Amino acid sequence: MIPAAFEYHRPADIPAALAILDEHGDDARVIAGGHSLIPMMKLRMADIEHLIDLQDISELQGITVSGAEVTIGAMTTQHDLINNADVARVAPIMHEAALQIADPQVRYMGTVGGNVANGDPGNDMPGLMQCLGATFHLVGSGGERAVAARDYYEAAYMTDREDDEILTKITFTAPEGGYAYEKQKRKIGDYATAACAAIVQMDGGTCTSASIAMTNLSDTPIFSEEAGEALVGTACDKAAIEAAVAAATGAIDPAEDNRGPVDFKMHVAATIIRRAIERAVSRA
Amino acid sequence: MGKQHYQINVNGEAKDVLAEPRELLIHTLREQLELTGPHIGCETSHCGACTVDIDGKSVKSCTVFTAQVAGKDITTIEGLGSPDGMHVLQEKFREHHGLQCGYCTPGMITRAHRLLQENPSPTEEEVRFGMAGNLCRCTGYQNIVKSILAAAAEMNAAKEAAE
Amino acid sequence: MNDMTPPSREERIESLKGMGSSRKRVEDARFTQGKGNYVDDIKMPGMLFGDFVRSPYAHARIKSIDSEAALAIPGVLAVLTAKDLEPLGLHWMPTLAGDKQMVLADGKVLFQGQEVAFVVATDRYAAADGCEAVVVDYEELPVVVDPFKALAEDAPVLREDLEGQTEGAHGPRRHHNHIFTWEAGEKEATEQVLDSAEVVAEEMVYYHRTHPCPLEPCGCVASMDKVNGKLTLYGTFQAPHAIRTVVSLISGIEEHNIRVVSPDIGGGFGNKVGAYPGYVCSVVASIVTGKPVKWIEDRMDNLMTTAFARDYWMKGKIAATKEGKITGLWCHTTADHGGFDACADPTKFPAGFMNICTGSYDIPTAYLAVDGVYTNKAPGGVAYRCSFRVTEAAYFIERMIEILAIELGMDAAELRRINFIKKEQFPYQSALGWEYDSGDYHTAWDKALKAVGYDDLRKEQAERVEAFNRGETRKLLGIGLTHFTEIVGAGPVKNCDILGLGMFDSCEIRIHPTGSAIARLGTISQGQGHATTFAQILASEIGLPADSITVEEGDTDTAPYGLGTYGSRSTPVAGAATAMAGRKIRAKAQMIAAYLLEVHDDDVEFDVDRFVVKGAPERFKTMKEIAFAAYNQAIPGIEPGLEAVSYYDPPNMTYPFGAYICVMEIDVDTGTHEIRQFYALDDCGTRINPMIIEGQVHGGLTEALAIAMGQEIAYDEMGNCKTGTLMDFFIPTAWETPNYTTDHTTTPSPHHPIGAKGVGESPNVGGVPAFSNAVHDAFRAFGLRQSHMPHDHWRIWKIANGLGLHG
Repeated sequence: MIPAAFEYHRPADIPAALAILDEHGDDARVIAGGHSLIPMMKLRMADIEHLIDLQDISELQGITVSGAEVTIGAMTTQHDLINNADVARVAPIMHEAALQIADPQVRYMGTVGGNVANGDPGNDMPGLMQCLGATFHLVGSGGERAVAARDYYEAAYMTDREDDEILTKITFTAPEGGYAYEKQKRKIGDYATAACAAIVQMDGGTCTSASIAMTNLSDTPIFSEEAGEALVGTACDKAAIEAAVAAATGAIDPAEDNRGPVDFKMHVAATIIRRAIERAVSRA
Repeated sequence: MGKQHYQINVNGEAKDVLAEPRELLIHTLREQLELTGPHIGCETSHCGACTVDIDGKSVKSCTVFTAQVAGKDITTIEGLGSPDGMHVLQEKFREHHGLQCGYCTPGMITRAHRLLQENPSPTEEEVRFGMAGNLCRCTGYQNIVKSILAAAAEMNAAKEAAE
Repeated sequence: MNDMTPPSREERIESLKGMGSSRKRVEDARFTQGKGNYVDDIKMPGMLFGDFVRSPYAHARIKSIDSEAALAIPGVLAVLTAKDLEPLGLHWMPTLAGDKQMVLADGKVLFQGQEVAFVVATDRYAAADGCEAVVVDYEELPVVVDPFKALAEDAPVLREDLEGQTEGAHGPRRHHNHIFTWEAGEKEATEQVLDSAEVVAEEMVYYHRTHPCPLEPCGCVASMDKVNGKLTLYGTFQAPHAIRTVVSLISGIEEHNIRVVSPDIGGGFGNKVGAYPGYVCSVVASIVTGKPVKWIEDRMDNLMTTAFARDYWMKGKIAATKEGKITGLWCHTTADHGGFDACADPTKFPAGFMNICTGSYDIPTAYLAVDGVYTNKAPGGVAYRCSFRVTEAAYFIERMIEILAIELGMDAAELRRINFIKKEQFPYQSALGWEYDSGDYHTAWDKALKAVGYDDLRKEQAERVEAFNRGETRKLLGIGLTHFTEIVGAGPVKNCDILGLGMFDSCEIRIHPTGSAIARLGTISQGQGHATTFAQILASEIGLPADSITVEEGDTDTAPYGLGTYGSRSTPVAGAATAMAGRKIRAKAQMIAAYLLEVHDDDVEFDVDRFVVKGAPERFKTMKEIAFAAYNQAIPGIEPGLEAVSYYDPPNMTYPFGAYICVMEIDVDTGTHEIRQFYALDDCGTRINPMIIEGQVHGGLTEALAIAMGQEIAYDEMGNCKTGTLMDFFIPTAWETPNYTTDHTTTPSPHHPIGAKGVGESPNVGGVPAFSNAVHDAFRAFGLRQSHMPHDHWRIWKIANGLGLHG
């Protein structure tokens, strides 16, 4: 497995990176951790003439937590995320989810930006970001813009990002309440058979807000507003949770693959969503 | 794009290598620098046989271009221990039969070394989770886990004795 | 301690690190330091790299191959196709199973990934670019991936080269996609037993297609020295001498001009027994270019093209009395061999040792028939950590026992107990033609059941079922039982050969004047630790410390001829040769000692590390002294030197056995499982190195876990391989792998010089049914009889769903 030849660029800042993107258009791709892209290049399923390595761009690095406001630079690795005490404190769901991504070596290299940007439905961060209501910040020759994670994904590998744009950072307001990221996979290193991010806020035994999103159960991550609504105002009792599960599974459209056929995935999804909500409620 | 010069520091030595940008680090290490300890097992970043340490991170060197690591410090299995003195992990893998065919072993030990740097007293569960990026077909892992736990205990005892 | 105190006998024994010692491995210093020498580590001046253009289609006619663009790529030197090999007669090659196989596609392709052209370039990057640039025009043909459909009258003809041939290497062919029918036992007698039986259980048991997938893929470096006419071939060969002979026979190069070297091998598990097109193409490319040529598979090549295993559809009928005494066993197997019959079996056994399928049980009447079938899948059929289809046989009988237990409403442990071959019945003649050498199954079984607290487990299981029915839990408990009997150590030359080469093995020993030694064997370690354990056998036999004995294997210029390492044959065959060569050394040493001690040969006896004068233990000569004397004394009637060689033709196979119990929790909603406990009792006869035995058991069980719980080579209807990378081909990590408890009994083989039987494959043979039976057992209370492996999440879920457990 040997990749085809390409030209390698390592710009020092964003304008330099954008200039290369502008110059080469479709022939250029940015690379962050490379652990999705390089295997595709080795299998010659991705043909790239110009590879733009973002590692030297300091604006893309770093995590800042200011009160409940969290900013994660696109080049932050899963490993960085797992080891950031502030993130673990204000957004423990992120810590919990990051630990379930790939394996230790891949987490040292795999970046949050790469995970959310490329539109691979198997990636875990997109669903999580939708659950958190995060905002993605993009920059291109036309300037900067912000896109809600819930509006970013269009289809598998198709996103709102234009070819000449770079995802620079992710921001979100740390949620309150209980949380869970529940994932079923065949083994460590695998993508999810089904995964669900749930955040549930309870006040005096009544759910005041709930956010449910799912991974690898459609060709994009799925945020189910209806699932959250099914919980709000209830005690998150069995009936409410089943209503939320029904709403969430109504929003997904899993495809058959080596993990199993659709009926299996629907059933497992329901189980995983239920467990995610129950665990989030238990922590609320 | 033809071959370029890249400076990398490998096992404490500065190296200048001439490589195409598409050259994978594992090939630079094995074929140019003749460091054949790291091996190629799966080529899709699942098996970990090619694991090396780059700036304090365990990295699968089959999934990194040499161009990406220019300027970085790289440690391979050859950089741990020496012919005269084996690294504690190397000794413990031998003592507890933590290897059979030896093909995964350099990646295993290199990864275990980083794991123990970050978590000097892991539980068995933490070792199993922390080593889950390395596949072994021979041992069933039980003795690998035992070897790493024994190495941790010995490294900690040595540290305590030194203090 | 007084320095003058001579060591005690026990201390002398211990210092040898002989048999029974958990000696640390001598291989490990280099492996732990990254100083192993595997085939891809080999670098030679001017070495080129070869890579294959492979077929994207499972069945297609090749209309044209255009290499022009590839040859224009800098670094690409040659593109070989079948047309280039044909004048040399090398476009096809013989397989181990008496069939022939295309080296490069000759007019058509029969499986996805088949080798179409071989691109030779200055390095692997240029070779890969060259492969990408070769343009092949294919015409797709109808694909058959189902062996039953392959036998339909109107099924497409796969092997046009065999058209009209009604006779194959193993008898008549009854259909254009049929390879052979192989039978054992008494057909009519068995059918009579079935017809008159009180109880008959019938079931189809499928052992799915999988792959050995050693972490190091296959590869070689071929170097033709045209000046001297010598070919050197380094490679991942589990049988280097056999490869030398095969290369000589197919290339016409005289065998003395071929040197085959197996360097360190990164796991084999059967994958590296066969001869692959890559080897032939590398040799040809080296002859054509005059340069060394390296070929190394990548993982996709490995999983998709070299050496699948299993793929046996085993239809079984088992007859018994109402009390559970088994009276007969019938089995018909449909064996999917892929596009070419490249099974690695002894010549007379086209279905390997499948006729060990009566297992550990005293079954008076049995019949087995196996039909081999061509399909559009990769060739292979290798013994993946298995002695030639023993895994399939053990899985079959251990499933049939469980199914019979269901039919009878009996406890499966008790059913086994009342049918075991009894200790006093050994040597035992099986209904399908084997003579089991030794065993004590009841002792092993009782020890295993007691160790896991079997009765309490069954109580817990019953309570769990009740709790499940009350809606208090969604988890079921499975207790997976297995008692397996292996047949290893192929094998007696009278009935075991590969390509006509008898399956003996060999050891040559040279004792050096200073009392150290080198032993060379016809086997080759792939992680088994031969350099450690064979030295232990010798240490006990000749009384020199294991640490003073070098063991060398794998170089056909220096090692005596042997058939290599697979099928757990190294200890039973080469281990025996080692002991016998050691005894020759000892016999000569006895004469030397008697001369030195000035007594008659019969008046000295061997004692650990010396010969002593009988009745006068203070008068002795150590083996070290004797070794020196062999080189510096002129002893009347005795040649100088101390060397021996032994070629050992085993009188029988050995029959290791074991009792395995797996306790598994199963989540009926997700299909996930958790191994709560795994107990493995192995009886491999005399134990040479307990540490290494335990390691072999751990590893084999983990391969069994993988196979039973998810690992497969799967194809879609178009013949596309769906499991070509380690993303989808399941290999568990440390996280999914449980801890195992190992145990043993020791029933030596009566015919083996040291009583050892072999162990490497037992845990795979016994492990797969143990895991699978645990899954089945968890659902027994709800009516499950049989569900095919692998038991991955969705298939377990499907069982629960089919039984109505999802409401």
